[in-house]
Amino acid sequence: MPLHPTPDPDSPTRMLSAGLPDTVSNFLPRLRLSGITKVYPSVVANDGIDLAVLPGEIHAVLGENGAGKSTLMKIIYGVVQADAGTMQWEGREVDIATPADARRLGIGMVFQNFALFETLTVVENIALALESGRAGPGLAARIRDVSAKYGLPLDPRRPIHTLSVGERQRVEIVRCLLQDPRLIILDEPTSVLTPQAVAKLFETLRRLAAEGCSILYISHKLDEIRALCHKATVLRAGRVTGECDPRKESSSSLARMMIGSDLPHPRHREARAGKPALVVSGLTLASGDPFGTALANISLTVRAGEIVGIAGVSGNGQNELMAAISGERTQADAAAVTILGTPAGRLDAAQRRALGLAFVPEERLGRGAVPEMSLADNALLTAHREGLVGHGFIRVGAVREYAVGTIDAFGVKAGGADTAAQALSGGNLQKFIVGREMRQRPRVLIASQPTWGVDVGAAAQIRQALLDMRDAGAAVLVVSEELDELFEICDGLAVIAQGRLSEVKPLRETSIEEIGTLMSR
Amino acid sequence: MLKLEARPEPSRIAGWLSPLLAAAATLVVGFILFTALGKDPWVAFHAFFVKPVSTRYGVGELLLKATPLMLIAVGLAAGYRANVWNIGAEGQLTMGAIFGGGVALLLQDSTSALVLPAMMVAGVAGGMFWAAFPAWLRTRWNASEILTSLMLVYVATLTLSLLVHGAWRDPEGFNFPQSKMFGEAALLPILLAETRLNIALPIALAVVALAWLFMRRSLAGFQMRVAGLAPAAANYAGISAHRTVWLGMLIGGACAGLAGVGEVAGPIGQLLPSVSPGYGFAAIIVAFVGRLHPLGIVFASLLMSLLYLGGESAQINLAMPSAVTGLFQGTLLFFLLAADVFINYRLRFVRWSRRAAHA
Repeated sequence: MPLHPTPDPDSPTRMLSAGLPDTVSNFLPRLRLSGITKVYPSVVANDGIDLAVLPGEIHAVLGENGAGKSTLMKIIYGVVQADAGTMQWEGREVDIATPADARRLGIGMVFQNFALFETLTVVENIALALESGRAGPGLAARIRDVSAKYGLPLDPRRPIHTLSVGERQRVEIVRCLLQDPRLIILDEPTSVLTPQAVAKLFETLRRLAAEGCSILYISHKLDEIRALCHKATVLRAGRVTGECDPRKESSSSLARMMIGSDLPHPRHREARAGKPALVVSGLTLASGDPFGTALANISLTVRAGEIVGIAGVSGNGQNELMAAISGERTQADAAAVTILGTPAGRLDAAQRRALGLAFVPEERLGRGAVPEMSLADNALLTAHREGLVGHGFIRVGAVREYAVGTIDAFGVKAGGADTAAQALSGGNLQKFIVGREMRQRPRVLIASQPTWGVDVGAAAQIRQALLDMRDAGAAVLVVSEELDELFEICDGLAVIAQGRLSEVKPLRETSIEEIGTLMSR
Repeated sequence: MLKLEARPEPSRIAGWLSPLLAAAATLVVGFILFTALGKDPWVAFHAFFVKPVSTRYGVGELLLKATPLMLIAVGLAAGYRANVWNIGAEGQLTMGAIFGGGVALLLQDSTSALVLPAMMVAGVAGGMFWAAFPAWLRTRWNASEILTSLMLVYVATLTLSLLVHGAWRDPEGFNFPQSKMFGEAALLPILLAETRLNIALPIALAVVALAWLFMRRSLAGFQMRVAGLAPAAANYAGISAHRTVWLGMLIGGACAGLAGVGEVAGPIGQLLPSVSPGYGFAAIIVAFVGRLHPLGIVFASLLMSLLYLGGESAQINLAMPSAVTGLFQGTLLFFLLAADVFINYRLRFVRWSRRAAHA
């Protein structure tokens, strides 16, 4: 991808970053933060952060989960108030008390944890965020225009609760673009887009920047930051630990700045695939939800000792397929899903687990784990067959041991087995869930978005764990929207689009371009 | 400015403090109420809360009335923890009384020590039978158990009424709608002399302990709690939603049925058109005031029992209307739900923030 725009040596950006005083009004930063500090009861989220964003600059904010990026962005957007520090908007000190204040100034935000009302439709959600004059009868049409222009297809009349994660993010992006903002904050915007759509989004962002709009770009995808951003501010544990021009850095040097050490690289040996362990044949399933995706005649074989990946833009039937394989939705035809030779279509999730299946779901809180319960109880949730129960009664000691063992083996940062699942960061909870499932030594493991929203260090660890499972002879099926991840760990790859699954292709016989084309079909 | 702020973790202290706060607020309302009615509030409080338990007999009555409340509430709590909303305990109690009372009438002349156990088994079966209908309707047709269990209360009380007016009416009872008095072997032995307190209390306490063991230490109890807290997680882990509904309803029905036997084999000693002053409904409040926790339920049942006794005492001594009891119960539940906010939120005093300055 071309690096664009390449600033000439005399551009304002270059002069300012060279340290010239910003007294000339034209060169004023659009936004300047000084000493921003935010303390939560249990953690210092931001500790004296300084940051300046110039007009037309695409400015990356880099950092692991929990480094304080999201808190900082919420302060800029008026969602939370800083305890100390000042904000200057185009040279004047401002106090942004609410998101409405931020929007009036011209700040738009695309959240990572989507700020949408579940029961309202897309158009209603967007209307709520717009200044009163801008919403109106033509809004639905404008949503269609903008979403089509940026390759973010969206039906304005659908209620939010029927949308997948990826589709919800589209709503956020479109909502933001409709407000003609002068500073856009994007929090992990590309994690659910096809490569083509990412390229399109980058074109849009570059055009916006060229028109003078400033962009704060939060991402953990280092390649993207290097391709897109003019400047990067690196956060670690709430403090600024570095500033750089990402175009002059390598991905590994950026990663080192971010996590303070080198990234582990997964070792990927050639697969030694054995007998078919998970076979889906002719699976057709009407969607349980009027806006869901029906599955049409899906066939798929995963053999012992291989990882098969399913790529696709979210909302194309991934959730339905995983629920059908995990047994959360059963099938009328027992032969639709076969696990280790046993027809399992009519078996429920517990019975399929008893056959040797384990599942890492996309939603961690509320599905993969019970938010209010301790990690020990959450270990018991699916691992009770591991000798944690005797005569119907819970063996409290064994449960604790299993939870502590999982915490230790997978490097989960948690107070202990009694910590509530909801108190963990997304990445740490995901490590716990992955660990809990893997320590049951499943012979078939299915994982949905295993590294979604997880920091690079944890993501690398989870990918390595999936490879280790494979090498130990398990059949692994991974659904992911991150093509880089699938190409890194998979032996075979298929694409799901509108409820139909393509043939599984060996990895060396396909390319990112081909997969991307299949995805956008 | 006052601001409600979400707590990072639910407060355990507030969880236990909230019922006390609710009780205090209820007393304040009582104070205002008594004053408005022209009574000296201190005299009224004495009549309401002290006088009923100032005698040995009074303490016996307190424990006697607390027994069915704690028994039913602990059974309901098991269901409520799993989001199974059994509102029909009053009907299940009545059906338990019919089944247990039927056995007592059948074995009228028996002196066997097995009469009481047989009545209890029959009562439990009756309560479960009556709870099985809402469970079946919910699992088969997805009908709300809140509505079906509540409606079945009226069917149960009318069934009892039909029996005592008809087939089971005492032929020597001067045409009063009541059954024969039960035989000696069908009555629960008295626990405390000179009171009506019987061995239903230790039985209820044992059930409370068993319920704690079930909810906290058994896999099935754990899975019910998961189903209540996070239905998607329960589905993910393969916890059958149907089994959760069946278990939740049947446990509630069994406990209510047993409480029904406790009433007819205890203070009543026969079948009457009405065998409960609304214990089945009051137990819903007891379950929530007790935080759905067995120990909390024991204390809450004592409080609710005191409200019953106090209401009677206030009627007799102060000529207060009987509605006072219901009013106190309602006020208590109202304040409890209001105080529960503080478990997940805390109050903070914040400055009025300046509005953003902008062009």
